[in-house]
Amino acid sequence: MNKSVNLSRRTWLANIGKTSAAGAALLSMPVYAQGSAGHVVVVGGGFGGATAARYVKRRNPDVRVTLIEPATTYLTCPFMNLHFGGLRTFDQQAHGFDDLRKAGIEVIHDYATGVDASAKTVTLQGGETLSWDKLLLSPGIDFRWNALEGYGEDASLLAPHAWKAGEQTRLLKQQLEAMPDGGTFIMVAPENPFRCPPGPYERASMVAHYLKHNKPKSKILILDAKDAFSKQGLFQDGWKKFYGDLIEWVPLSDDGKVERVDAKNLTVVSEFGETHKADVLNVIPPQKAGAIAEVAGVTDGSGWVPIKPDTFESTLVPNVYVVGDATIASPMPKSGFSANAQAKVAAAAIVNSLAGKPAPAPVYANTCYSLIAPDYGISVGHIYKMQDGKLAEASGGVSPREADESFRKLEAQYGESWYNAIALDIWGTQS
Amino acid sequence: MRTVSHIVRLGVAVSAIATGALLAPTAAAESTFDVTVLAATCANCHGPDGRSPASIPTIAGRPESILLEQLRAFQSDTPPAGTTIMGRLTQGLTDDELVALARHFSQINAQP
Repeated sequence: MNKSVNLSRRTWLANIGKTSAAGAALLSMPVYAQGSAGHVVVVGGGFGGATAARYVKRRNPDVRVTLIEPATTYLTCPFMNLHFGGLRTFDQQAHGFDDLRKAGIEVIHDYATGVDASAKTVTLQGGETLSWDKLLLSPGIDFRWNALEGYGEDASLLAPHAWKAGEQTRLLKQQLEAMPDGGTFIMVAPENPFRCPPGPYERASMVAHYLKHNKPKSKILILDAKDAFSKQGLFQDGWKKFYGDLIEWVPLSDDGKVERVDAKNLTVVSEFGETHKADVLNVIPPQKAGAIAEVAGVTDGSGWVPIKPDTFESTLVPNVYVVGDATIASPMPKSGFSANAQAKVAAAAIVNSLAGKPAPAPVYANTCYSLIAPDYGISVGHIYKMQDGKLAEASGGVSPREADESFRKLEAQYGESWYNAIALDIWGTQS
Repeated sequence: MRTVSHIVRLGVAVSAIATGALLAPTAAAESTFDVTVLAATCANCHGPDGRSPASIPTIAGRPESILLEQLRAFQSDTPPAGTTIMGRLTQGLTDDELVALARHFSQINAQP
């Protein structure tokens, strides 16, 4: 399928050789697929991919940048939980690609289905084959269907995961709104690692906010495959303060791990055989890197992508960079902010490499805001640097537990401000 | 100045490529400091180039001395009243990095 590309590339090279004596000199330097500055193809228009596309172009406008993203409007997972609380509309989560096009990036709305790393091509579902000098994948996550017994893709139509923003979000919201007062909302929370470590608990908070004001006799049961979670103390303090005993969290050690899902009957069975019946069942299933990562050969046995932590180039396939949730980047969490920070470092490394320069020293940051109730926000933030060849926390931590109301209110405002800033930074959009 | 020396080095590399003289890789083994990489971590919250669209303060175009003073204050054991996350973040940066950031954002216009 890539033969035509190889041929045309060879023909092009041959023609250069014929044209002049300078051709010989040209052949001894890197030859780029498109023009002298090179061609970077980015797969995925989310927090990692759109950032990478923008920052490669920003750093060197002569580099040709093509962004492949199926959706014409990208819906963000961050802040989508607020939709369940009735605090944010679906449309506020939507970002288009016009501003990226204005920045000189070619945006193609299609699925990348094939990668040939030796021919340096990517194939699209529509049949097109693109050549690249550097490929950056930001494919996010895919689900390990049926890794949790009974939870395949069909089951997600009855018991939504809503862990990718879109129709699943709408479905879970509809179910929540149709739930009778006094009903039970069960959330099945996964083991580590998974996308957005504080996400399930922020969602529980926002569902609780909705229930408290609309269906106060209802209950939320979180069945967790873990014994600890992100910002746990802060979440539990906030739950007690705003929602009393509306939210019950069952950790692994209290038989919280779900072994089997019956989506038709909205029941789940725990490790030790207890059956729980839900009125609304939200299953957040085990995950892995987005499919194209496996196709490109950059995943390892874990299903995730090992990367060089100073550039986010794949350790397995040279010239292929991977950022965001798909990567093994611990201690950085799988978050939109992390993806954005990683993409900026990868963009600098790519631009420098195309120019024959070393990668700049990396510095990464992550900040995750979570909203427990309106005007009550909490955060976790870290700086990451290289230490002994690995990514390490240079500083950081969570909001203080003893903070007053004005501190929480400020962090709620900063969370919203963060969302607006990062959306502008990535898609150039304002909501 | 650092930025200038980067540009100079880039200029040399480009002319070397243009003459076809760059036959051996000249890339140094160790990576180099680039303030724009460090500063890019600020944009996530403070907006592109430090121009904030919302309640988090804009840092672009503020006087260098004020930015540096504020960054050092965040990093100290007694951060200014109202500090939320910046204390936790700045502690991971060196004083040289704070100096570079203050200079970088002071040189950007507050308006695009």
